[in-house]
Amino acid sequence: MIVPAIVFFACALLAVTGAILLILSREPIHSALSLILVMIALAILYLLLGAEFISAIQIIVYAGAVMVLFVFVIMLLNAGVEERTDFSKLAKFVGLPLGFFLLLVVARWLYTSRAGSVIGHGAEAVTQGFSTRALSAELFQQYLFNFEATSILILIAILGALVLARKNP
Amino acid sequence: MGFISEHSVLVASLIKIAVLLFIVMTALAYLTWFERKVVAHIQSRWGPYYVGAHGLLQPLADGLKFLFKEDFTPPASDKLVYILAPFLALTLSLTAIALIPFGSPELHFLHGQQIFLVSNSNIGLIYLFAITSMGVYGVALAGWSSNSKYPLLGGLRSSAQMISYEVSLTISVVGVLLLAGTLNFNGIIEGQRGYWLGFWPRWHFLPQIVGFLCYLTAAIAETNRIPFDLPEAETELVAGFHTEYSSFKFAMFFMAEYANMITVSCLATILFFGGWLSPFPDSWHWQLYLPGACLLALGVYCAIDAATRMHGLAKLQLGVVTVLSLGIGAICLTPWVAPYVQGPFWFTLKVLVFLFFYVWVRGTLPRFRYDQLMSFGWKFLLPVSLANLVITALVLVFPAFSRHA
Repeated sequence: MIVPAIVFFACALLAVTGAILLILSREPIHSALSLILVMIALAILYLLLGAEFISAIQIIVYAGAVMVLFVFVIMLLNAGVEERTDFSKLAKFVGLPLGFFLLLVVARWLYTSRAGSVIGHGAEAVTQGFSTRALSAELFQQYLFNFEATSILILIAILGALVLARKNP
Repeated sequence: MGFISEHSVLVASLIKIAVLLFIVMTALAYLTWFERKVVAHIQSRWGPYYVGAHGLLQPLADGLKFLFKEDFTPPASDKLVYILAPFLALTLSLTAIALIPFGSPELHFLHGQQIFLVSNSNIGLIYLFAITSMGVYGVALAGWSSNSKYPLLGGLRSSAQMISYEVSLTISVVGVLLLAGTLNFNGIIEGQRGYWLGFWPRWHFLPQIVGFLCYLTAAIAETNRIPFDLPEAETELVAGFHTEYSSFKFAMFFMAEYANMITVSCLATILFFGGWLSPFPDSWHWQLYLPGACLLALGVYCAIDAATRMHGLAKLQLGVVTVLSLGIGAICLTPWVAPYVQGPFWFTLKVLVFLFFYVWVRGTLPRFRYDQLMSFGWKFLLPVSLANLVITALVLVFPAFSRHA
């Protein structure tokens, strides 16, 4: 059980590093690349939990489609280096403490709950074979309404984008 | 011994990866030779002829040339991303090949490890798409990081093109998935075993002929090949996204493109043409000796060619090829080796047909205009592949055609 632990901590480190770089880098493309790194690290973590399908879909949808569009738009606009603003007073005295508080709450919850103990079992789930069939049965039978409602929501969003992009309203 | 049996998965995987990498790299090099030869003959030329017999050492000479050229990095470029882009392109395209099964999973070596597949994931196809969907970054980032006009335009074009055709590519494959009922490559191949009317192989390409044609078209666009090679259209964009790249970094893009060609050809073979299955019934026992016989025939041809037409060093080089193919052919004829080369032989043959098709298209068709490319992708290819998907699904709902019937 040492290998899953190594993979877990490596990916966790990668994800956190990516997230920090995303905020710190001033070049928009570098930020986008850091975000891709976070997505890939998360995909490997999903794999560790035995969810191969979710892991592959995470890469296809986020790293392969959403982030490609991000990169595409940044390239199209030829966005320059970001300008740094001064730290606002609100962020300094309210934002930062609130952020730390949130971090503490999450850390405490993780520490007390048994969420961490699931990770070791992931490898077994992978070798036993996680069923995509079972997932699709759940999605298209039990959660069919939610699934269709989501797709209609996305359709509405696409129509909205079309209306906004139309040249002669 | 204890270590090997304990870690046999790891050891076997490392061996397989090393061998596969060697084979794929060699195949990449000789694919460039193959392409130049075929295109040359289409255009009534000889193609590479002087470096080695029939230009057989040309890929080696090209490789050495790439290694010894000056590796120039434009001063205004984004160094990190500029270096990252070719690595990303090549790594992703080579990783994709690791998912391809080249032979039956029932053949084993080293403590029951499957010999012809590096990975046997339940959702192999989705992993393949996950890896190839990242491939666009190599091209897009190369275009952006060069900090130059033409590469940026090439990178933009390629992002738009690859996103557009990826949709059709993925949807055209779903019809096959509905027929196969699995995402595992070996499952898909096993589902194509058997014959219609006793002689016609049950390969998916006949019931999925529309999906197959959509896949073939979208695959050419995905790999940025002529007639869809707008990201590097030399008449418009100098060399497109890799204008600023030189030396081995340029070679890496080159290799990535050919590796992608091999991947999509392998995928076409698996999904539509029965993968490593033989087209002949199992009862035809002589087919066991076909791979060896083919190699022997090649050896005899090379021997005659060397004896009659070649002179000097070329005669010697072709002689080496003769000895190699006769030797390997003889080994393949032995009853111990013959069953093992069966799957890879048919697989390679089918992939070669697709690669030839690619080169043939390149030698025949002119390049599209950009607006033609986009309207073809979105207004023709996508609706057709969607219709194919819907019709396949509707037909499968009828009990007579159902998989489970």
